[in-house]
Amino acid sequence: MNTKIAIIGGGPAGLAAAVSAYDAGVKDVVILERDDKLGGILNQCIHNGFGLHTFKEELTGPEYAERFIEKVRERNIECLLKTIVVDLSESQGGGVTVTAMSAEKGMFEIQAEAVVLAMGCRERPRGALNTPGYRPAGIYSAGTAQRYVNIEGKMPGHEVVILGSGDIGLIMARRMTLEGAHVKAVAELMPYSGGLKRNIVQCLDDFDIPLKLSTTVTDIKGKDRVESVVLSKVDEKNNPIPGTEEEIPCDTLLLSCGLLPENELSSMLGVDLSPVTGGARVDESLETSIPGVFACGNVLHVHDLVDYVSGEATEAGKHAAEYVLGKTPAGEEASIALETGNGVRYTVPSFVRPGRLENFLTVRFRVGNVYKNPEICVYLGDKCLQRRKKQICAPGEMEQVMIKKSDIEAMAPGETIRIAIETEQEAAQ
Amino acid sequence: MKREVVIIGAGVVGSSIARELSRYNVDVCVLEKASDVCEGTSKANSGIVHAGFDAEPGTLKARFNVAGSRKMEALSRELDFSYKRNGSLVLCFSKDGYPQLEELKKRGESNGVEGVTILTGDEVRKMEPAISDEVVAALYAPTGAIVCPFGLTIAMAENAAVNGTEFRFNEPVTGIKAGGDGFVVTTDKGTYECKAVINAAGVYADAIHNMVCADKIHITARKGEYCLYDKKVGGTVSSTIFQLPGTYGKGVLVTPTVHGNLLLGPTATDTPDKEEVNTTKVGLDTLQATAAKSIKTVPYRSVITSFAGLRAHEDGGDFIVGESSVKGFYDAAGIESPGLSAAPAIGEFLAGEVAGYLGAIEKSDFKATRKGIPNVALASKEERDRLIKENPLYANVICRCELVTEGEIVDAIKRPVGATTLDGVKRRTRAGMGRCQAGFCSPKTLEILARELGTDITKITKHGEGSEFLSEHKGL
Repeated sequence: MNTKIAIIGGGPAGLAAAVSAYDAGVKDVVILERDDKLGGILNQCIHNGFGLHTFKEELTGPEYAERFIEKVRERNIECLLKTIVVDLSESQGGGVTVTAMSAEKGMFEIQAEAVVLAMGCRERPRGALNTPGYRPAGIYSAGTAQRYVNIEGKMPGHEVVILGSGDIGLIMARRMTLEGAHVKAVAELMPYSGGLKRNIVQCLDDFDIPLKLSTTVTDIKGKDRVESVVLSKVDEKNNPIPGTEEEIPCDTLLLSCGLLPENELSSMLGVDLSPVTGGARVDESLETSIPGVFACGNVLHVHDLVDYVSGEATEAGKHAAEYVLGKTPAGEEASIALETGNGVRYTVPSFVRPGRLENFLTVRFRVGNVYKNPEICVYLGDKCLQRRKKQICAPGEMEQVMIKKSDIEAMAPGETIRIAIETEQEAAQ
Repeated sequence: MKREVVIIGAGVVGSSIARELSRYNVDVCVLEKASDVCEGTSKANSGIVHAGFDAEPGTLKARFNVAGSRKMEALSRELDFSYKRNGSLVLCFSKDGYPQLEELKKRGESNGVEGVTILTGDEVRKMEPAISDEVVAALYAPTGAIVCPFGLTIAMAENAAVNGTEFRFNEPVTGIKAGGDGFVVTTDKGTYECKAVINAAGVYADAIHNMVCADKIHITARKGEYCLYDKKVGGTVSSTIFQLPGTYGKGVLVTPTVHGNLLLGPTATDTPDKEEVNTTKVGLDTLQATAAKSIKTVPYRSVITSFAGLRAHEDGGDFIVGESSVKGFYDAAGIESPGLSAAPAIGEFLAGEVAGYLGAIEKSDFKATRKGIPNVALASKEERDRLIKENPLYANVICRCELVTEGEIVDAIKRPVGATTLDGVKRRTRAGMGRCQAGFCSPKTLEILARELGTDITKITKHGEGSEFLSEHKGL
């Protein structure tokens, strides 16, 4: 089978990319989704707070997904459900060969002129944290527990400790409490939370759940089922401090210790990945190192809000359509690198071809620490172009700056764009 | 209940004995305290088929190791489990180690291990570029191999079951009385009158032996901790890399697994608690630091899980294999390393002994071969197509990291000695063994288990009663 654009994944990123590619003039789009329904992880996110930016109203996860699924249906975009993509490779004559498997079609290939990678992310498991202790039942990543509670309607446990203050962990602290469980503590390795401020307030503070910062799990006890966990304070190098151990009896340990973009297929295809985000290195058009292959959503970098995923995917879909239609602006001039200055962990994109910009370049990034009253600074070469004051910047919240195309075009050859966080103290020095 | 033979323990040794004994016209029952085969020492070890140069000549360890190692490849074809002859290296870090290396070579030769040679440091690094620059020489044993310990155990148990052996799980043996011309074995569920008892109870083999025999044995559980790494670093080394042995066994090894992961371990700490399979920060730090001597870079960030196993170390230091002081009571006790390698040979030997004792004759209809669960991940496109046409469930991927399908999971549950737990499914199919460590697949696997076993999802356990995952809301 042949298609113009194959979209790998039918979660929020894939859905928005499909709609936007279609609206940009490419009707021959196919979404490949391994689950039996569209919507991805939104289907189990039954709490509200989705869509404030996109729809100016508060929706639940499934409602938010439904809005996009509806758009996909209206456009009759082909969706292959219960279909797992097992391989991506560059085709001989250009484009990408998508190898997939489903009960209905067996093993089959799709020749696609362009591909949008929208596979999402997965949770970092206990094993990757290398937390010592026993390996009993009762240890779940927060998202797995969320599925048990919200989809299966069962309780993964009753006396709960949560390690990690990522958003899913925070949401699950509230969910488990509302379902009758007792959430005893949320422990966070870092001296700050990894989640959104609003989730700390609404999911922990409102329920008197203590958030223990600079704290980690150093032992898990219980041979069959979790019986207790030991929490320890950590020093500035994140090493447990002996003598600070606190054993908390519980039957469940939930982990919310970070999300990892799921780029196994991207690696098969040979896409360049960033060691910082675990996602593809992309340009201003969200195109990866392989022409015609675009990436968006959590497979590119982990987002805090689904609204931003949809926004990014809309751009990726549009650019994929332009690629297929041959409308990609001629912009083969040398690309300009984006550099991470003080406090900035990464930027998306990693580089920009000014000629391909419409009016603005949108740069999304995350900071590596909590900064109070910082300024977000954009340097073009040595020149500081923008200086925006903020009350706070935190690793849990994605930041964004916009740079005018004309400013980028005015840059001298060899100059780079640098995003940095500056605080008053640093400025004083 | 009457049985001719009761085997206590369904680990790799008990399963091997059961499989070999199922060649004979004997009524055999295997009693296992855990919920599945391969739940003790057999599930948490290095997965190595030792060439046999390490054991002292003349010991049972040497004899059964070399014999087992020789049988393993043919057995892997007969019973369809993963095995790979990848060779092993024993690294020597200074000239002081040369005599010990020579000694090992001599041991190997007198144990009958083929092709053992000593390589220079440069030769080693040419073979294994990841090896540390500190290495000055190494012993190379081309017959060293790796095996899937679960695959081996399960294959032998399944084959025994197909040939008529009964496996009874969740039945710890609480007492054995010798009397008349046999034994009465008591479990928490009933009694078994039998003519012969075979003790393959792992770290508890001393307790079982001492129920019957006046000459007591004593087993210490020796804990070994391991770290397992992502398949993307599975190619760090191709052979199994040992260091020159110290006081506690063969030291920390670095090895690929048959499934393509990288494995580091074990540590060695004696523990009074025979269920103490927890990992410790000290243990995990120590083993990674020790492994760092062998290879240039330990891929710390690619660890996907850590685990610990207990070796059954008998005070005498050797295996105890054969008839005990009590007629009809046979031991396979103190089976620490190289127990996995030795298991096929121990099984063959003890089955022969017991059959001889009972005057049993070989069956004419023994089924010597067994076909494993189809492996969709490793299948070619054409094979996958054929499998999916045969059963569409082979297209429904449940574990995306290891590409395990619903068809394979259903097979694992429905086969003889089938899986009843999440860990049972994992060991039979690899669902949940990948980099996400069951985050995505466990809800689906639980559903499939509940459906196929005709029970409620809240009854499904990780590894037997007490390890349930889910419950109802309180007050409902």
